[in-house]
Amino acid sequence: MAEKSGADILVETLMDLGVDTVFGYPGGAVLPIYDALYEHPKIKHILVRHEQAATHAAEGYARSTGKPGVVLVTSGPGATNAVTGITDALMDSIPMVVITGQVATNLIGTDAFQEADTVGITRHCTKHNYLVKKPSDLAHVVQEAFHIATQGRPGPVVIDIPKNVQVAAAEFSRNAAVANSRYQPQTEGDFKDINTAVEMIMNAKAPVLYTGGGIINSGPKASETLRELAELLGCPVTSTLMGLGAFPASSDKWLGMLGMHGTFEANMAMNKADLVVCLGARFDDRITGRLDAFSPNSKKIHVDIDRSSINKTIRVDLPLVGDVGRVMEQMIAVLKGRRFATPDYGEWWSRITGWRATNCLDYPENKKEIMPQLAIRKLWEATHEREPIITTEVGQHQMWAAQHFDFENPNKWLTSGGLGTMGYGLPAAIGAQLGNPDALVIDIAGEASIQMNIQELGTATQYRLPVKIFILNNEYMGMVRQWQELTYESRYSNSYSDSLPDFVKLAESYDWTGIRIEDPADLEAGIQKMIETDGPVMVDCRVAKLANCFPMIPSGAAHTEMLLTEADVKGTMDDQAKALV
Amino acid sequence: MHIHEEAVERHVLAVLVDNEAGILARIAGMFTARGYNIESLTVADISEDHAISRITIATNGPPHVIEQIIAQLDRLVPVHSVRDLTESGPHVQRELALVKVAGKGENRIEAMRLADAYRARIVDASTESFIFEITGAPEKIETFVTLMREVGLVEVGRTGVVAVSRGPNAG
Ligand SMILES: Cc1cc2nc3c(=O)[nH]c(=O)nc-3n(C[C@H](O)[C@H](O)[C@H](O)COP(=O)(O)OP(=O)(O)OC[C@H]3O[C@@H](n4cnc5c(N)ncnc54)[C@H](O)[C@@H]3O)c2cc1C
Ligand SMILES: Cc1ncc(C[n+]2csc(CCOP(=O)(O)OP(=O)(O)O)c2C)c(N)n1
Ligand SMILES: [Mg+2]
Repeated sequence: MAEKSGADILVETLMDLGVDTVFGYPGGAVLPIYDALYEHPKIKHILVRHEQAATHAAEGYARSTGKPGVVLVTSGPGATNAVTGITDALMDSIPMVVITGQVATNLIGTDAFQEADTVGITRHCTKHNYLVKKPSDLAHVVQEAFHIATQGRPGPVVIDIPKNVQVAAAEFSRNAAVANSRYQPQTEGDFKDINTAVEMIMNAKAPVLYTGGGIINSGPKASETLRELAELLGCPVTSTLMGLGAFPASSDKWLGMLGMHGTFEANMAMNKADLVVCLGARFDDRITGRLDAFSPNSKKIHVDIDRSSINKTIRVDLPLVGDVGRVMEQMIAVLKGRRFATPDYGEWWSRITGWRATNCLDYPENKKEIMPQLAIRKLWEATHEREPIITTEVGQHQMWAAQHFDFENPNKWLTSGGLGTMGYGLPAAIGAQLGNPDALVIDIAGEASIQMNIQELGTATQYRLPVKIFILNNEYMGMVRQWQELTYESRYSNSYSDSLPDFVKLAESYDWTGIRIEDPADLEAGIQKMIETDGPVMVDCRVAKLANCFPMIPSGAAHTEMLLTEADVKGTMDDQAKALV
Repeated sequence: MHIHEEAVERHVLAVLVDNEAGILARIAGMFTARGYNIESLTVADISEDHAISRITIATNGPPHVIEQIIAQLDRLVPVHSVRDLTESGPHVQRELALVKVAGKGENRIEAMRLADAYRARIVDASTESFIFEITGAPEKIETFVTLMREVGLVEVGRTGVVAVSRGPNAG
């Protein structure tokens, strides 16, 4: 066997694992790896402008392609800058492998130049992490890291590689047999439990499928299986923010998103159901609202690949550990085996029809200003036939996008749900565009969020990526302002977006096209121009400044206490409610 | 507004882990990161090839939190198995303490007498001090240490509990 440097072993192992794109930023502690990349041009290295953006770009690449995202950063500040994106990937179950440089092993612990305890810092924001102390360990560690990042509940894995380990040599042969990993999550559902689940389904009069990001994680086939299951059962389907696209919004079974900014019908159905089948969702607090009032009369089945997601906040009647795609297949097989015929849920559907009639997503008409909801809807109308990939930042615009942009397929909706990271959308769009060169990729942004990774305009320019940014510019951190209205008697403490840049000029200075839309009458033409323009475009769409996002379940409230419009807002919150996020 | 607290139970968990760098920080840090309590934690490698360590953790929390602790431990990559000894039936819990007492006259005699009653061994003695070695369930050690306070306790070192289930099987 030939000897190779640690850096070569790393790069060649990445190639063997099928890595074609790496998002990164160089520095002293990774120079040997950068030199190895120079020699192996098959791996495309995307030079970002800030390491946080490398991690979000890798997330966008991963979520839109189903492949793990790969990041390469230097020690110290490189690694600490990556921490936000690593945490984001952990919260949203995104497969990602982050390679960080480290000072040489003999310098570790001496406060050496650009030393940071990367393994310590990232221990609890990764699914697993490694400090590699010998080049001979590298190939195995890298293989195991990819296995862990992608199998079971996906997540980020950090590999910290000291500089001397990158330089030192060890024996290495390409495509060597991969040892069986110690990490082997359960994917098959327990047969007895599947049968119990089917019994529960057959006895239900008012069931609802509550789906989540786990379906997307499971892969496109799980979305197909979900459609088959819903068709077979004939029951309504709702989804979390993270699961949007797994089930087609055009289906008559679709209730829309549930939770804090979900639809009235989805939340009422959850509240009144007698059976909730949770498929790859995690009963997040944005979903449950007040815990003791959450779906009080239902039996609950929870399918999840991660046992720790089950019974974490809401106690369920039947836990089912396994891959949700596989478990749904098992359920369908048993249902068919028992000659299950779609029951008559007529009464259940008629109640749902009643809730739907509130038209909870309606918003006030406005001739003078562009309503943000309308802008999203027009964007959908103009683009949906091209099945665009939509990324978002965090705030009201994100929720309006979730409510008013309809998705038919998985992997088209990329958003930071669990961590809620402003600054996610632009780098995620860059990653998605790299993974899907022919797709129309649009970042629906807020004027505050977009400034958090605005430097990435340069990355898109450098790699000729035609991403579009559609800013709903309300001159406020709208989501913060909305909470201040609801909770703090409209004391707008530091939520005004002062001293904004001229986004059109800013775009132009990076060689992007800049478009400003101010008048409702120009909305459609502006959107059209954005789509038709080759290359990257940033749209500064000026929207009604004080519009708020409804419906909304205020914090600490039950699903039945939704605020449907501004008119429902009354009084202030007590301390109990204020203490909740 | 006041913060509401729930009633807690004590559980002893036996965790088998890969004997690798950082494993203790990973386990202990998971407890602090998620706000769980550690009463005591002991760790030592137990397999012939030194590849596996056994960690015994005494923790407390409401039942649903204990369930989460087990699930959270179980999903860590280097963790092979987690057993709730408290839940799985009869088991033996032992802890060892070294207890140093100093004093003369009546206190010294009383310390000796108590040590005898608690089957503590003298492992070091000078004219004005003893070190006792005592093994037993944590409550026994607790009582012994309390008694020693009255007769001149100087220092105490405790190992924390190790526990093994009764009967022929592991677990
Ligand atoms: C401003 C803001 C407002 C928000 N408002 C809402 C809202 O109104 N409604 C809403 O829904 N969300 C909202 N969110 C998002 C929310 O915070 C959570 O991120 C989201 O609800 C979690 O989605 P999920 O339950 O699908 O879980 P995810 O975070 O997607 O987790 C997936 C679950 O599936 C499991 N899983 C993974 N892979 C598999 C597999 N192969 N098989 C089986 N199980 C698997 C995982 O273990 C995990 O339990 C908001 C976020 C922000 C920033
Ligand atoms: C990094 C980060 N800091 C702070 C927050 C808290 N936060 C949530 S939404 C929001 C305002 C976002 O404003 P903007 O991007 O303009 O979106 P809008 O709500 O106006 O649509 C803030 C500050 C966050 N989510 N992320
Ligand atoms: Mg704004």
